[in-house]
Amino acid sequence: MVRLSAEHLDISYGDRTIVKDLSLAIPDKKITTIIGSNGCGKSTLLKALTRVIPHQAGSIVLDGSDIAKENTKKLARKIAILPQTPENAPGLTVGELVSYGRFPYQTGFGRLSAEDHDIINWALDVTGTQFFKYHPVDALSGGQRQRVWIAMALAQETEMIFLDEPTTYLDMAHQLEILELLQKLNQEQERTIVMVLHDLNQAARFADHMIAMKNGEIIKAGTCDEVMTAEVLKTVFRIDAEIGLDPRTQKPICITYNLIKGA
Amino acid sequence: MPTKFNFFAKLLMAFAVFVLTFTAALAFGAADIGLNDIRLALFSNVSNDAISVIREIRLPRELAAILVGAALAVSGAIMQGMTRNPLADPGLLGLTAGANAALAVTLAMIPAANYFGIMVACFIGAAVGGALVFGLGSMKKGGFSPFRIVLAGAAISAFLTAVAEGIGLYFKISKDISMWTAGGLIGTTWGQLQVIFPFILIAMIVALLLSRQLSILSLSEEAAIGLGQNTNRTKAMLFVVITALAGAAVALAGNMAFVGLLVPHIVRAIVGVDYRHIIPMSAVAGAIFMLFADLMGRTINAPFETPVAAIVAMLGLPFFLIIVRKGGRTFT
Repeated sequence: MVRLSAEHLDISYGDRTIVKDLSLAIPDKKITTIIGSNGCGKSTLLKALTRVIPHQAGSIVLDGSDIAKENTKKLARKIAILPQTPENAPGLTVGELVSYGRFPYQTGFGRLSAEDHDIINWALDVTGTQFFKYHPVDALSGGQRQRVWIAMALAQETEMIFLDEPTTYLDMAHQLEILELLQKLNQEQERTIVMVLHDLNQAARFADHMIAMKNGEIIKAGTCDEVMTAEVLKTVFRIDAEIGLDPRTQKPICITYNLIKGA
Repeated sequence: MPTKFNFFAKLLMAFAVFVLTFTAALAFGAADIGLNDIRLALFSNVSNDAISVIREIRLPRELAAILVGAALAVSGAIMQGMTRNPLADPGLLGLTAGANAALAVTLAMIPAANYFGIMVACFIGAAVGGALVFGLGSMKKGGFSPFRIVLAGAAISAFLTAVAEGIGLYFKISKDISMWTAGGLIGTTWGQLQVIFPFILIAMIVALLLSRQLSILSLSEEAAIGLGQNTNRTKAMLFVVITALAGAAVALAGNMAFVGLLVPHIVRAIVGVDYRHIIPMSAVAGAIFMLFADLMGRTINAPFETPVAAIVAMLGLPFFLIIVRKGGRTFT
């Protein structure tokens, strides 16, 4: 089933076209990972799909209606977006930041209801950040801060969560912690997760559906076995990759690779 | 919630300080006035010399100080949040320079302009100055960055200041202009207050209503959109608010540098980073600050006036250095 899809999408910054004539569908209640080389338009696509930036041509349809015409507040109850390296928020406490996730549900001066507080506490609990509730966000480590921002996105109570490289700057254990948290949210609460990831093996390991991009185009979209192939990686990253099977997860894994010379 | 209670306690304390400062500002000055006269002046119809001084000279002047201080502080707070730039204030973003230039143009072209006309000119000037800065700062695709906007502000302010000075020299009205801009609060009349008060009041109410939006916007533009804010509409409304506040302040007291920059930083150190708290607290703190600065200006060398702009700078700097050193809950 598909709730969010894009048709013939053009996205540009000023005169520079980043994404050209792109169409895709995001499978519902699944984890989709987007991979691609630097500057291929992954982040741009993610921002356009969540209407953070406008698209110039084509359409993005969520639940049958064009998101460009949809009320932005209503959309914020369906889609949460965690930007790449979220801005530092000096002085803000963890609890305050997570409470901003309730913004799409509030009117007027925005007093938090008992229900809001319950949801905020739940978001803090599942991300393991309850302990820091009254600590300032900028006193936390990178991994803790990332979990707090995910908690804010969770407090938004959306069925879809988009994340732009949620594991950047984290060490291996913390990367896995974040990804397992997202996987848990997907499996236990059936949330649709769409994320850009740099690490190919992580992308394959956690995805139900993968999208490989190059120069603003989708080279291949499909299951991990379809996308994680030597052929696709050769086109997308100009690498000669040796693909094997992860003995623990049974997912495709890039064992080793070389640059393709002169390509 | 403990933080909520804390905030109201703090606001209440600030308000108490405000009442004290206001009373002191009415009592002290070139003419000596007792507390009893102040009470009579404010709450009765009795009249004598001292009471007249209060009613006709000091009261309008101190009310102007309150309005100017509150308006500049709140507009500075909004600008800092909107641009995510800790240095933003009405002076830096071209609003005061714009209002000054418009003032010069008006005094040169329409010497007979009345107070209302001059105030409208100041609003327009502030809006043009601000729009130029925001426009220039966001010309490059990707919106205004906190850094570009400072450069644009410096350039536009220098240009508009030059325009004001050029007009002043050419039409030989430099003295009139500087009387207006450097004169500060001297000679504020009830008539002026009547014209300006509603603008500032409405702008303040709108600022309060938008304060929650501003908190979100101050996080980051992308986060604000993701949370469902119509950021273009919010920014447009905030721009109108800061224009009205800065324009009104210039029309009332001329260019009062530093208040809009300084007060919000002091306030952040006290109440945190939620603009629902920053805005009301900035209004009160700005009023206290200006009352105090004006009181100092009138008393340290009485019966001569020390320019209030100088006092503001003298008071402001040490405060500012303390805040910068303390860091912590303000911008980093």
